Amino acid sequence: MTEENTQIRDAIKGAIDDNRVILFMKGTPEQPRCGFSARTVATLQALGTPFAAVDILPHPAIREQLSALSNWPTIPQLFVDGELVGGCDIVTEMYASGELADLIGVEQPAEAPVAAEPAQAPPLQIQDPPR
Amino acid sequence: MPTAEDIKRRIEAGIPQAAADVEDLTGGGDHFRATVVSPAFAGRSRIEQHRMVYDVFGDEVGGPIHALSIKTQSA
Repeated sequence: MTEENTQIRDAIKGAIDDNRVILFMKGTPEQPRCGFSARTVATLQALGTPFAAVDILPHPAIREQLSALSNWPTIPQLFVDGELVGGCDIVTEMYASGELADLIGVEQPAEAPVAAEPAQAPPLQIQDPPR
Repeated sequence: MPTAEDIKRRIEAGIPQAAADVEDLTGGGDHFRATVVSPAFAGRSRIEQHRMVYDVFGDEVGGPIHALSIKTQSA
């Protein structure tokens, strides 16, 4: 492993250790760059839990080192108390069952859970030109 | 580009007694949703169950297979 990759892996480990609830995602909570990341952010926000977020897009080595560390191939990845909880599917399932609220130690919100289907914008929308 | 049928076949070949339903979410051959039922999942955590499915595809997930959404059941 190159020295740069070792540094990145150590930085990722440090961030996981320092933040009880931390999400590695594409984009930021304010501007998610992928439907799965957006949905995971919305789930955490619905729980009302504070969480740290790391955008993996700025450098490919962040994602490579994260996946090598977690043995998990896709993004997003949620960690709680230093342990990988899972990606969007597992987070959504655990939210719906109340397990995620228990794990994080917050109240399960009373309102309807986050929509079961991912809100995916079509990758390309062609509109009629203005007349 | 794999089809939903390819993904289904590979999951069923790779996990003991698995039955998979696979949907191509975009029709583009790179975003799939798989529901997988196998007795091999019994007693394993969700993380481990999903890893078993990801492991069928190795580096292809996150590469040519951009997204593989998974739901697992042990029976």
